[in-house]
Amino acid sequence: MMTTVLSEKMQSFLDGFPTPENSLQLAAYNRLIELDFPTTRDEYWKYTRVGKISNSKYTLPEKSIRDLSIEQYIVSDQFIVIENGLVRLDLSQFNSSEFNIDFKDAEGLSELADFNANLNNEDVFTQLNTAFFDEGIEITIDNKAVIEKKLQLIYVSNGDAVLANNRLFIHAGKSSKSSIVITQIGESGENCFNNLVTEVIVEDNAHFTIHKIQSDNDSNTQVATEQIAQGDNSTFKINTVTLNGLLVRNNINIAVNGQNCSTYMNGAVIGKNNQHVDNHTFVDHRVPNCYSNENYKYVLDGKSTGVFNGRVVVQKDAQVINAYQNNGNILLSDHASINSKPELEIYADDVKCSHGSTTGQLDEDALFYLQARGISKKNAKRILVSAFIGEVIESYEDETITELIQQLLEKEHGWTF
Amino acid sequence: MSKVLLDIKNLHAEIEDEGKQILKGLNLTVRAGEIHAIMGPNGAGKSTLASVVAGKDGYEVTEGSIEMDGKDLLELDPDERAKEGLFLAFQYPVEIPGVSNINFLRTAINEIKEYRKEDPVSAKDFMSMVREKSKLVELDAKLASRSVNEGFSGGEKKRNEIFQMAMLEPKVSFLDETDSGLDIDALRIVAAGVNKLKNENNAVVLITHYQRLLDYIIPDFVHVLADGKIVKTGDKNLALELEEKGYDWLTEEKAL
Repeated sequence: MMTTVLSEKMQSFLDGFPTPENSLQLAAYNRLIELDFPTTRDEYWKYTRVGKISNSKYTLPEKSIRDLSIEQYIVSDQFIVIENGLVRLDLSQFNSSEFNIDFKDAEGLSELADFNANLNNEDVFTQLNTAFFDEGIEITIDNKAVIEKKLQLIYVSNGDAVLANNRLFIHAGKSSKSSIVITQIGESGENCFNNLVTEVIVEDNAHFTIHKIQSDNDSNTQVATEQIAQGDNSTFKINTVTLNGLLVRNNINIAVNGQNCSTYMNGAVIGKNNQHVDNHTFVDHRVPNCYSNENYKYVLDGKSTGVFNGRVVVQKDAQVINAYQNNGNILLSDHASINSKPELEIYADDVKCSHGSTTGQLDEDALFYLQARGISKKNAKRILVSAFIGEVIESYEDETITELIQQLLEKEHGWTF
Repeated sequence: MSKVLLDIKNLHAEIEDEGKQILKGLNLTVRAGEIHAIMGPNGAGKSTLASVVAGKDGYEVTEGSIEMDGKDLLELDPDERAKEGLFLAFQYPVEIPGVSNINFLRTAINEIKEYRKEDPVSAKDFMSMVREKSKLVELDAKLASRSVNEGFSGGEKKRNEIFQMAMLEPKVSFLDETDSGLDIDALRIVAAGVNKLKNENNAVVLITHYQRLLDYIIPDFVHVLADGKIVKTGDKNLALELEEKGYDWLTEEKAL
C-alpha cells in the first residue's frame, strides 16, 4: 500500500476545491497534493516568500456579466478579455482571420500534442494552474502568416480572494511573424491570486513577441510562468513591465532547441510601498550558434523589494553561443532593497557570455544639473527615471503601448518618487 | 547707475557634513550690464560661491544674504532660482545618458514659462531657437539632440553650457571655470558666445583661474577671492597684475 505524507498547508489550501475529473487535471491535482509550497530554503524561491498566497483561503471564480472598466487599457483593436481566468466573449473583440483563436477546456487542450508537455511537474503553481483552470485559450498562427496587428489579452481581476488560473497555449507556425500583448490589471479585485501559465511553441523561422504589462492591485498577488520552446532560426522576444501588485513573480523559461535562434528578454520594474517583484528567467541553450540578450531595470521606492535572477545555461555541445545579461537597479529610498543574482552555467568552450549588475541611487549631480536649468525636483526625478528605464520601454516598439505605460506610471506612481 | 541684479552680503557658508567654513563674509554687488571676474587661488571658495548661489545641496549658509533682482534666493529651490533668471555654467557638466539635450531643455523652458505665467513655446519655435542658438557657439545640431553631454568632448561640453545659457536667456549667469580644459579655438568660440549674449539687461560673473579668458571677455570688475572673502577689487588690469605676480602678495598684504 502506498502512503503519502500530505502537507497540511497544501491540504488546507485545497480544502473546498473540487477534485478535477478529467485525466490531465486529475494527474496535476495528484502531483499537487504531494507537493508543498516553496519556502526560502528552496534556492528557486530564496528571496520570495509565498505565505501571502499559501496562507490565504481562495475561492474559485464564477462566471460574471459585470461591466468592467478596461477601456483605458486597450491598445489594439483585437482583444480578448478574461475575467478571473474566465473568458468574457461579450467584452472581447477580434476576428479570427489572422490569429486562430480557440477556447477549450482541459480535455480539449489535452488532445494537443505539445500542450502541457514542457512544464515542470515539481512546480506547485503550474500544477495548480493545470489542475484548476476552467477555460484555456489556444492561439495558433498559421505557417508563413505575417500579422501586423497585435492581439491583446486583457486579464482582469475581480472580486475578493479569488484564485484565477489563466491558461494560454500559443503555437507560432513556421516562418510566421506576430506579437501579442498581455495586460494584467487589478480592476476591482482584492486579495486575489492570479496564477498564469503561458506555453509557447515558436516553430522554425518564426518570430514571436510577447509584450507584458503588469498593473495589478495593491493587494493582489501574481505568479506568471511562461514556458517557451524555440525551433531553428526562430526569434523570441518578451518584454515585461511591472507597475503594481503586492507580490509579482515572473518565471520565464526558454528552451532554445533550434540553432541560429535569437532570444530577447527586457524588463522594467517600478516598485513602491511594500511591493515585491521577482523576475526569474532561464535560458537553456541546448544547441550551437544562438544569441540571447537580457536587460532588466528596477526602480524601487518605499519599502519595496525586487529580485532578479537570470539564469543562462550553455549545454556541453552548444558551441558559439553569445549570451548577454544586464541588470540595473536604482533604489530611491533607504528602505527599498534588491537581490540580484545572475547565473551563468557554461559547459561548452566556444562561447561569449557576460553579465553585469549595478545598483545605486539616482545620480544627485544629474538631479542638481537638471534643477539648475529650471526643472523642478519632481520632474527632474521623472526625467532620470524615464531615462533609466527608457531602453526597456523602447523595446516595446509600439507607441500605443508605451503611451499606456506612461499613463500607468502616472496613475500608479504619480511620478512622485 | 543701472539696477542691481545680484546682491550678496556678508555671505558665510560651510560644508554641511564637515562643518568646515568656506565663505567667510563675502560681499558682491552686480549690476545690469556688468561683467565681473572672480579670481583666486585654489581652495579660496570660488566654486563654493557658485554652488551656494545656485542652491546645491551640501552647503549651509550660516550668515548673510543673496538677493537677485530683489528676490531672496536663499529661500528658493535650485529650479526656482533658475526660473527667477539665474544660470550656472558648470565647471564639470554632468553626463546624463538617456536624456536628450533638447528634450530636457524644452522641459526646462516650458517649466520656466509656466512659472512666469507665459505661454509654452511651440515645437516649431523651439526648434528654430535651437538652430539659431546652437550656431552661436558653433555647436553641431546633432549634439543638441544627443543625450546630455554624453560622449561630448571637453570643449563640446563647455559649448553646450553656453548653448543652454543662450536658450534660457538668464538675468545673471555664473560661469564656473568655463575656460578650463578648453583649447584656444574653443575658448574663442565660448567667449564670442558669451559676448553676444551679454546686454545691458543681464550680467555675467566669470569664475576663473587664469587671465587668458579675460583677453576675450573683458570684465568691468576683477575681484580676488581668498580665504572666503573678496580681498581686492579692481579693473581688468588687476587680472594682468595677478597673472604676473600670483596671489601671494595679496594674502600677505592682508596679513599686514
